[in-house]
Amino acid sequence: MTTTSAVRLEGVTKDFGPAHQRVHAVRGIDLELQQGEIVAFLGPNGAGKTTTIDMVLGLSKPTIGDVSVLGLEPRDAIARGLVSAVMQTGGLLKDLTVRETVRYTASLFADTEDVDTVLEKAGITAIGDRKVGKCSGGEQQRLRFAMALLPDPALLLLDEPTTGMDVEGRRAFWSAIREDAALGRTVLFATHYLEEADQYADRIVLISKGRIVADGTGAQVKAMASGRTVRATLPDAHQDLLHELASLGGVDGVETRGESLIVQAKDSDAVARFLLTRTDARDLEINARGLEEAFLSLTDEGDDA
Amino acid sequence: MTTTTGTIDPAARRVPPFGGVNTTVLRIELRRMLRNRRTIIFTLIFPAALLLSFGGQSGWDDKAGLGNVAAYILVSMSLYGAALTAAAGGSMVALERSLGWSRQLRLTPLNPVAYILMKTLVALVMGALAITAVNVVGAIQGKAEMPTHIWFECAVVTLFCTLTFAALGVFVGYVVPGENAMQILGPGLALLSFLGGVFIPLDQYSDVVRHVAYWTPMYGVAEIARSPLTRELPWYAVVNAVAWFAIFVVGAAWRMSKDTARV
Repeated sequence: MTTTSAVRLEGVTKDFGPAHQRVHAVRGIDLELQQGEIVAFLGPNGAGKTTTIDMVLGLSKPTIGDVSVLGLEPRDAIARGLVSAVMQTGGLLKDLTVRETVRYTASLFADTEDVDTVLEKAGITAIGDRKVGKCSGGEQQRLRFAMALLPDPALLLLDEPTTGMDVEGRRAFWSAIREDAALGRTVLFATHYLEEADQYADRIVLISKGRIVADGTGAQVKAMASGRTVRATLPDAHQDLLHELASLGGVDGVETRGESLIVQAKDSDAVARFLLTRTDARDLEINARGLEEAFLSLTDEGDDA
Repeated sequence: MTTTTGTIDPAARRVPPFGGVNTTVLRIELRRMLRNRRTIIFTLIFPAALLLSFGGQSGWDDKAGLGNVAAYILVSMSLYGAALTAAAGGSMVALERSLGWSRQLRLTPLNPVAYILMKTLVALVMGALAITAVNVVGAIQGKAEMPTHIWFECAVVTLFCTLTFAALGVFVGYVVPGENAMQILGPGLALLSFLGGVFIPLDQYSDVVRHVAYWTPMYGVAEIARSPLTRELPWYAVVNAVAWFAIFVVGAAWRMSKDTARV
C-alpha cells in the first residue's frame, strides 16, 4: 500500500510587502511529513513558523513553490475536514456558549464527530453552557482543541498549543494527542517550549530566518549543536579577560551574569584549563547543552548567513 | 513503521453542500442577534417608539398618496428601523473579523462568500423583524391607513432597500473597528434620515437644504420604499439609491480586501 505524505512542501518561499521593502518571511523550505508523525516546529519569533503553517492551511499562497496536504490542495483538504488547526490567533465569539460554539463548527462539516463526545474528550463538558467570554484562557484553548477534533482530522496543526494551560492541563493535552497519533493522525506543532518539543515530538524541525536549519530527533538536533556549557564564579571579570576567552579555539559565546561567567564551547577542556590556571575562577561546572542552548546556537548561525 | 491501519483515506471524505451553510448555523446566528440587548433596543423598541412620537402629529389623517400621512410616517419609520438593524448586522462582519472569528471559520469548510451571504440573510431576517415590529405597532395605534396590498408592497421594498445599509455597516465596521462602529452608525443614520426626508418631509426644508438632501444616501431609498404608497418616484431618487448601494458595496469590498493579509 502506498501512503501519501501528510504534508509536502517543495521549494516554498513567501514574500510580503511591496517590491522596495520586501520581507522574505520564508526563504525556501522543503519538508515532508509522514502520516502519524508528531513533529515540532521550533524557532524564534519571526522565523517563519506561522507563515509556513498559514500556507499549509491554505490561508495564504506561497510566492514560489508547492504545498500539498494528503496529496490535495490545502483548501480542498480543509473542505473535506482532513486538516484542523488550533491557532493562537483564532478568535472565538464571546456571546456564544461553549456548546453552541462546538455545534456551530460541527454543522459546517460534512462528516463530524458527536458534539458531546468531543466536549468530553477536551474536558469541557462541565462548562458547556458557559458563555465563551466567561471562560479562562486555558478553557478557551480547550474549546479550540475540541473544535479542531470535530472532523476527525488526518492532520492537526497546533500553534503554541498549550499556552495558558496549567501543568496538569498540558499533560492531559499531550496524552490525548499521542493517543490520536497512534491511530495515524499527523501532528505538527509550533512551540517555544523547547522542553515540550524535546519531550513530545518524534521529530524536531528547527526553523530560523525562513529556512530549516535542523531536522531530526531531539537527540540528533542536540548533537548537531554539540558543545558544552562551562560555568564558573568569577568576580570582577574584566573586558580583556573576556576577549581573551572568546578568542580561544572552539568558544561560541561568553557572557557574565553578576558574578557568574558562562562560556559556550565545543572544546570545554581548553576553557576549563584557562579559567583554572590563568584566573581566580572557582566553582567550575561543565554541562552538556540542553535543547535550549542547541536551539540558540543553531539559530544564531542563521544570523550570519 | 506500519502505515496501513491508521492512515485516513482522503477520498472517503466529503465536502459539505452549499459551501457549508446550514440551518443549525443560521439558527445559532439568529439566536445570537436576539440575545443581544442592544440589537433588540435598536431593532424592535426604538423605531416603534419613534413611530408613536412622530406618528401622532397634527394632520396625521391628511391624504398622502393611496393612504394617509400616518401611513407615510409608518413606512418611513420602518425603513429607519430596518436600516439601523441591517447596519448593525453589517458592522458585525467587521467585528468578527477583528476578533479573529473569520479566521477560525477559514479552518472549516465554510466558504467565505457563503459566510457573507449567510450574514446578509441574517441581516435581512433581522430587518424583516424590525419592519414587522413597526408595522404591528402602527396597526395597533390604528392611525395609519392604506390598502392592505400597499402595506405589504412597502414592507417588501423597504426590506430590500436595507441591503444598502448592511453594506454601509460592513464598510463603517472596517473603518472604525471594534464595537465603536455602532456609536457612529447610530447618530449617523439619524442625521442621514433627517437629511433624506425620512423624519421630516423634504418640502418643509429650505431650497438649499433640499438640494443637498437629494445627494444623501437615505433620500433615494426612502422615496423608493414609499413609492407603492405615494405612487411617485423621481428618476433621480432611483439613481441616488443605486449609486449609494454601489458605493457602499465597493467600499466594503475594498476595505475587506485590504484586510486579507492575515484573513
